Amino acid sequence: MTDLLGNFGRFCLFSLSAVLYAPATLGHPRGWARLVPQAFAIGTKSVPVIMLTGAFVGMVLVEQGWSQFDAANLSDRLGAIVNISVAAELGPVLAGVMLAGRVGGALTAELGTMNVTEQLLALRAMGTDPVHYLVTPRFLACVLLTPILTCYADVMGALGAWLVFAAVHGGDSTAYWKYTQEVVQIWDVGTGLVKAAFFGAAIGLIACYKGFHCRGGAQGVGRACTESFVASFIAILILDYFLNVVVNQFYLQAYGPRSLI
Amino acid sequence: MNETRAQPDRIIELRGVSKRFGSQVVLNRVDLAVQRGSVTVIIGRSGTGKSVLLKHIVGLLRPDEGEVHYEGRRVDQFSERDFKAVRREVSFVFQLNALFDSMSVAENVAFPMQELWSGRRSRREIAELADQALEMVGMEGSQSKRPADLSGGEKKRVALARAIALDPPPKVILYDEPTAGLDPQRADVINKLIRKLQHEYHVTSVVVTHDMKSAREVGDRVLMLHDARFLADGTPEEVLVSKVDQVRRFVQGLAEPEDLASLTEE
Ligand SMILES: Nc1ncnc2c1ncn2[C@@H]1O[C@H](COP(=O)(O)OP(=O)(O)OP(=O)(O)O)[C@@H](O)[C@H]1O
Ligand SMILES: [Mg+2]
Repeated sequence: MTDLLGNFGRFCLFSLSAVLYAPATLGHPRGWARLVPQAFAIGTKSVPVIMLTGAFVGMVLVEQGWSQFDAANLSDRLGAIVNISVAAELGPVLAGVMLAGRVGGALTAELGTMNVTEQLLALRAMGTDPVHYLVTPRFLACVLLTPILTCYADVMGALGAWLVFAAVHGGDSTAYWKYTQEVVQIWDVGTGLVKAAFFGAAIGLIACYKGFHCRGGAQGVGRACTESFVASFIAILILDYFLNVVVNQFYLQAYGPRSLI
Repeated sequence: MNETRAQPDRIIELRGVSKRFGSQVVLNRVDLAVQRGSVTVIIGRSGTGKSVLLKHIVGLLRPDEGEVHYEGRRVDQFSERDFKAVRREVSFVFQLNALFDSMSVAENVAFPMQELWSGRRSRREIAELADQALEMVGMEGSQSKRPADLSGGEKKRVALARAIALDPPPKVILYDEPTAGLDPQRADVINKLIRKLQHEYHVTSVVVTHDMKSAREVGDRVLMLHDARFLADGTPEEVLVSKVDQVRRFVQGLAEPEDLASLTEE
């Protein structure tokens, strides 16, 4: 237990120093020169799989909900319900989970290998802080890219849902888009993207931390990769719950309760 | 109390440094003073803590007890940020080279210069210095290769080039087995390089080695680390002909009887 707490404390300090280097990285051309390749690698690796995930999630939600909504004569509204679920909840969470596997594992493996081959020590020995040099650009790339990838998931989710809605079940396309537009607000999409940014931060920081603190050769690196994915996954779910609590409180204060159907 | 007397001739000083990993005592109240502009050679059996000792000088490891001084200042309690100033004057050649495998050979060698001069010198100038350093270790023409595509000895030489490629050269260079894995001729070049840096640029060096020929050729002073302490200390001539049994056997490469026991018993 004390070990767990100590680990968490170390993780917090590590994260703090990575975050504190963010202005220096963003304010310097050399910082961008490190950030852009990371962002590019994350983006190109993840776009196809995220689009596929988004599309199928939209499709399956319509498939699941159709008979119930149709029986209640509410099938026109199904699109709105599906799209708000995707934009506010499933898009960010699934994009986060995909990234945790796709990107988090690769980051842990890369930094873990650098750790066990003393490359991190070599950086320190040259007077370069490895957190500044390696972690902050990767962390920032994750924070910037997760919301962007979530947008892809959201759009593909809406299109996939529409496809099944209109082509498979013969729903009314005009009604689908009309109710979607009415119900899904900027607020829902926006909070979804903010949540995604938090998930990205968690993925980047956890993956780098696990890489920096693994020991014991190739086996240690492998174990760190698995731990990194599991920890990111749990962090995403926990963060998601608490961010939802905060977001809902905020909405109630600002706009009062609302009904979706 | 911990006042440091002005001894500018002692550039590095370890006072009573102890280091343990778990229950294993690696260094036990070790004292070491390195004279400015000298080459100090550290020998000793594998696993006695030579690499651990070197890492204490640049703060990659911190002592459990004792003090580390650099240029008359006590540094062992420096923060990582404060240590930066020390680390920018001291180069470190790692035993396993620690080349950055995401970069080419040329980028590896240029990296410390870019970090040190960040923008104050042109890319061209840095690239030229990197080429010169690679030439000194006989690695010209490998600039665009990746570390993963190099042989063991080639990696070592790139790591050496990375440590020396500054203009002027670093004040102090710490070499962890600079000639390990090199053929005798290349090893000779590296020995001469260490001497040249000393004579022409007054570089202070600490060399950890298992190579007795190298120890004899580069060392102004040779120390032998044994059982967490220094067992021998003197000029190469003195240490290499030492009468102390353990030193003599080590230098001559004769196994200790107890290490042979498991081989001979039937
Ligand atoms: N970070 C560490 N954690 C735990 N033990 C360590 C650590 N670093 C070194 N040791 C232990 O300290 C001892 C000395 O290690 P060191 O690398 O200094 O040996 P060495 O004298 O350089 O040996 P060699 O000549 O084989 O390189 C070894 O037994 C090693 O297991
Ligand atoms: Mg060693």
